Amino acid sequence: MDWLFTFPHLDDAILTATKKSIDESFRAFTRAYGDLIETLFYPLQLFLNFCEHFMTDTPWPLILLLLLGTAWIASRSWKVVAGTFAILFVIGFLGMWTDTMKTVSMIFVSTIIAVVIGLPIGIALSRSERLRRLINPVLDIMQTMPSFVYLIPVVMLLGIGKVPGLIAVVIYALPPMIRMTDLGIRLVDRDVLEAADAFGSSSGQKLLKVQLPLAMPNIMAGINQTIMMTLAMVVVAAMIGVQGLGQPVLKAIANQYFTLGMFNGFAIVGIAVIFDRVSQAYGLRLQKHREVVHG
Amino acid sequence: MAEDAHAAFGVRIRNLYKIFGPYPERHIAAIKAGMSKAELNEKHHHVLGLRNINIEMPAGGIHVIMGLSGSGKSTLIRHINRLIDPSFGEILVGDQDVVTMAPDELRDFRRHKTAMVFQKFALLPHRTVLDNTVYGLEIQGVPRARQVDAAMRWIERVGLKGFEKRYPNQLSGGMQQRVGLARALTNDAPILLMDEAYSALDPLIRVDMQTVLLDIQKEVRKTIVFITHDLDEALRLGDQIAILRDGEVVQHGTSQDIVLNPADDYVANFVRQVNRGRVVRTASAMTALSPDAAAGLPTIAGDVTVEEAARALRAHQADALTVVDTAGKPIGRITMRDVLTTLFPMPES
Ligand SMILES: Nc1ncnc2c1ncn2[C@@H]1O[C@H](COP(=O)(O)OP(=O)(O)OP(=O)(O)O)[C@@H](O)[C@H]1O
Ligand SMILES: [Mg+2]
Repeated sequence: MDWLFTFPHLDDAILTATKKSIDESFRAFTRAYGDLIETLFYPLQLFLNFCEHFMTDTPWPLILLLLLGTAWIASRSWKVVAGTFAILFVIGFLGMWTDTMKTVSMIFVSTIIAVVIGLPIGIALSRSERLRRLINPVLDIMQTMPSFVYLIPVVMLLGIGKVPGLIAVVIYALPPMIRMTDLGIRLVDRDVLEAADAFGSSSGQKLLKVQLPLAMPNIMAGINQTIMMTLAMVVVAAMIGVQGLGQPVLKAIANQYFTLGMFNGFAIVGIAVIFDRVSQAYGLRLQKHREVVHG
Repeated sequence: MAEDAHAAFGVRIRNLYKIFGPYPERHIAAIKAGMSKAELNEKHHHVLGLRNINIEMPAGGIHVIMGLSGSGKSTLIRHINRLIDPSFGEILVGDQDVVTMAPDELRDFRRHKTAMVFQKFALLPHRTVLDNTVYGLEIQGVPRARQVDAAMRWIERVGLKGFEKRYPNQLSGGMQQRVGLARALTNDAPILLMDEAYSALDPLIRVDMQTVLLDIQKEVRKTIVFITHDLDEALRLGDQIAILRDGEVVQHGTSQDIVLNPADDYVANFVRQVNRGRVVRTASAMTALSPDAAAGLPTIAGDVTVEEAARALRAHQADALTVVDTAGKPIGRITMRDVLTTLFPMPES
């Protein structure tokens, strides 16, 4: 009756051998191409370093002004700017300025990369039903696969550091960018597209002058979600060596430093709130004249 | 010169068929052999859009296409700039066949030869009135200064001066459609396609916009294709009217032809409510000149409406008027009795 209580499965020896041989070949691949791949990602490393140095080496009053200025330009709302100032002030006052700036720089770079990759893919999806059917499951996997799992091959290939952390973050944060771009373009009013066609727009003109501008509110919502997801990855990324607010949290977990954990946790929440409010206010401002109104 | 260029762009539609569905080519033969729209739909799940359309639209006129909802009006007008591809047939604009154009040829054709006004306006909501109006020129790559010059001229002409910085959703429906019209006119294309352009407007604004169109047409002399399901609008605007029913042309002629000789009950139904006095011309209502024509009667032109003849009869306190042709030669006589017969024809027994 033994077989009733154990699910019939491959012989353990075979399983182990299979896993081992796959691991072996991946390791071989890593040994052969690891350096090459690392070189390919080197520009990214430089960009990351540049942004981080800029954020941490520039005198804090300038950075503060820069952040507040950005908040103003995007939101045109004194409330949002005042909120931003309050949060940043508390963060700095509690001694987390440098870590926060490292995290902000990481989020900035991840978001830019997610947009640079996600926007064209989203546009491509909106144009081809077949491609969409193909890519959609991949996006589902990217979103549901526990991030630790795809950290393994990334770390094997690139080791510990900022770039593998960035890659892990981008993989996680990319799907909403792609989905919202695709959705936004698909939702563009058919009548307006027909008008663009009737005036003889080329497909590039249609994209740049009609589809993207009208999809912008949705694209902004995608960017907003992407930012929130990069923030959610801050602690995970810290595990593979990304500096910033995640590292103290890890330290706090390991050593049961309750207050340290709380402070850094709230700092993450604080910048999440800033990014969210600023990008949403910007999205709203974009939307002001965009609804099609008849009659 | 400009007139010559425009004169060359009449529209001729020949043997045009449109079947909607995945395999139109499989059914075109059966349709030509006379299969009905209903049968095509029930047995083969394809929709007959248009059947054997033949229409000549000489350059420089307003050609109205009329019909009830679903009769194929939008389908037909979209064939002229090939927003819809035909299943069979020819569409000749000037001497170009629209059907055989390659994609970039077609794009060029749309940029320079046609402009369109839409029922739901289809303005770009993220652009101001001015930026909407320049759209056609912008995609042609015309320098911005010239775009703005042309656009401002038409914005002013349609009565929107001072609104060029507004966004479409800040304007009323009537104003939005003025933008639609200005956008189309700024393109300065010889052919203007208007798909129920005024159907979404309320009656007063509608009449107003008809006047704007008629006034502008006196200057620009474009070939206008105007779709409506409102007969009064059709009669007011149309030099020629084509009536569609279930994808077929049931009658094509001047407004007077259609009112005086409706081809079938469908058309007769349309024209029943019409004020015939505003459509029928004196030349059609008069009694042809008899040899003993009394001279000395007041005269009236043969191409004015019967309503105006009635007004003249009243003004002159006369029993009859002499109808004269454009050269001033008497061709007939119209009496109050003729007027009444025209306005209230005997019901057919
Ligand atoms: N893309 C399409 N696929 C299938 N059938 C269509 C398509 N477009 C139009 N039709 C059908 O073709 C017929 C004519 O439609 P069309 O839109 O030309 O009518 P219309 O005269 O413009 O009506 P309305 O006054 O309501 O605008 C209708 O039966 C419609 O259902
Ligand atoms: Mg229609």
